[in-house]
Amino acid sequence: MLRLLTIEFYKLKHSRSSKVLSIAYFVILSFIALIASIEFNLGDFQIRIADQGIFNFPFIWHFNTWVAATLKFFLAIVIVSMISNEYSNRTLKQNLIDGLSKKEFMLSKFYTVVAFALLSTLFIFIMSLILGYSFSDYTEFSIVTREMEFLLAYFFKLVGFFSFCLFLGVLVKRSAFALGFLFVWWIFENITYGILRWKGSAETADAIVQFFPLEAMKNLINLPFQRLNFIETAANQLQADIAIDYAVHWYEVAIVSVWIFLFIYGAYALLKKRDL
Amino acid sequence: METILTLNNLTKHYGKVKAVNDLSFTIEKGNVYGILGPNGSGKSTTLGMVLNVVNATSGDFKWFDGSDTTHHALKKVGAIIERPNFYPYMTAAQNLELVCTIKDVDTGKIEEKLEVVHLLDRKDSKFSTFSLGMKQRLAIASALLNDPEILILDEPTNGLDPQGIHQIREIIKNIARGGTTILLASHLLDEVEKVCSHVVIIRKGIKLYAGPVEELNASHGFFELRCEKQQELITVLEGHPDFTSVKEENGLVTGFLKNPLSAEALNTFLFNQGLVLSHMVKRKESLEEQFLQLTANLN
Repeated sequence: MLRLLTIEFYKLKHSRSSKVLSIAYFVILSFIALIASIEFNLGDFQIRIADQGIFNFPFIWHFNTWVAATLKFFLAIVIVSMISNEYSNRTLKQNLIDGLSKKEFMLSKFYTVVAFALLSTLFIFIMSLILGYSFSDYTEFSIVTREMEFLLAYFFKLVGFFSFCLFLGVLVKRSAFALGFLFVWWIFENITYGILRWKGSAETADAIVQFFPLEAMKNLINLPFQRLNFIETAANQLQADIAIDYAVHWYEVAIVSVWIFLFIYGAYALLKKRDL
Repeated sequence: METILTLNNLTKHYGKVKAVNDLSFTIEKGNVYGILGPNGSGKSTTLGMVLNVVNATSGDFKWFDGSDTTHHALKKVGAIIERPNFYPYMTAAQNLELVCTIKDVDTGKIEEKLEVVHLLDRKDSKFSTFSLGMKQRLAIASALLNDPEILILDEPTNGLDPQGIHQIREIIKNIARGGTTILLASHLLDEVEKVCSHVVIIRKGIKLYAGPVEELNASHGFFELRCEKQQELITVLEGHPDFTSVKEENGLVTGFLKNPLSAEALNTFLFNQGLVLSHMVKRKESLEEQFLQLTANLN
């Protein structure tokens, strides 16, 4: 396993575009901290984002993982090109001739994806701890460790998304087309949701679409903004019911895990079937 | 003798096209093999199958004694196929280092192998800056990194200029002299003739011949002769029991043998007949002539 990781990181290490994108990703991740300094005025009313409870434990786990997850596209480009470059440079063929098996090739890519996801999760964990201890109203250990399942959800969300990218990279062999395909798929899921909702009900639409890969990944970490202080207050004043189930459920993790398996196995099966 | 590679009825169909059909042969240690065949005869497909990049339709092959999986066996093989494939953004040395990691061998031999192909002074240049000849030489260096049991070269001189071709041939000859088993696929007959001891000839995916070069044709060669009394010479040769046919071309008489006959014996015989030769050469058909005969026989 270490050998396979070494091989893949060696390839990435020397590729300037991959390096730049990966570094940019982590730099932008750390910009989440800058949200703390955002202030804006609504008439006489001054709102400072950091005071609205976004950095309160345990909510910070939810908020930071959600914001960080939106940045995953940076790494998606790296991951898709890490496959498509092997095709366009025909180095996949050379790797196999040199004695790498197709299984090892696929595993080296998968391990790298897991490593990226782990690294990102660890990064968010440390950053959230620092931000939380700086701004949170509560820093008792029992509160800090609550809702840490969002980190697990974040990890699965990233691995799932990156596995999808790997699969698309193997399927279409070209990075631009693979990313385009990803976008088309996203539209497809939304249209399906729309049609189901129109023909049936919101419940049936939710029940079916939750099994689609992108929707399943989205459901792992729901939109956190309804939990913000000022929105809750506003909602209470308007007497609106915004009770949303934002928790991480085991079946959400299970659905994404099944997709991860299908994507990686599917990519391997494609690779195995193809002549180079 | 130690067997390196065995093919058993290996077959590959691309849809209706039979690229390789029931191909069987073995590669023994220490020989230099040439796979000969016109373009599109299935040479590259055959190599692709044994190198794990093309899936066989039926039949099988085994590396060495067959006890290892193909990808493990390939770590003991050095191969380049069609055109050199490396990461363009890495330098020559970095590319070779990666190959070492894949092959599970020590990186200590990189400089030595770069020296073999005369690329040591360019080891820190990016692969994308190399000319085709240099890329091909780097590919050979990469194939040699593990001191392979067998070196497989598919059209190694394709697309190179005369100097490039010459350099590659010299490198191959040096490697062959070192005792490494070589399998060389080519459609260039003189290339194969110059370096190979054994040939496998395939055409349209079917094996026509596999064995030592000298046994390729059962013929005993021919004599090229010239003397003052040309007509008399032809008559005498036609009466000789060891010749099948005699022809005259450009003042040179060519007599084809059906039985072995030494040059001394013929010279003595003709001298006793009162014929004094001014020119005498005993030759075997070139590989090209034999190859054309063999492929023509099938048409």
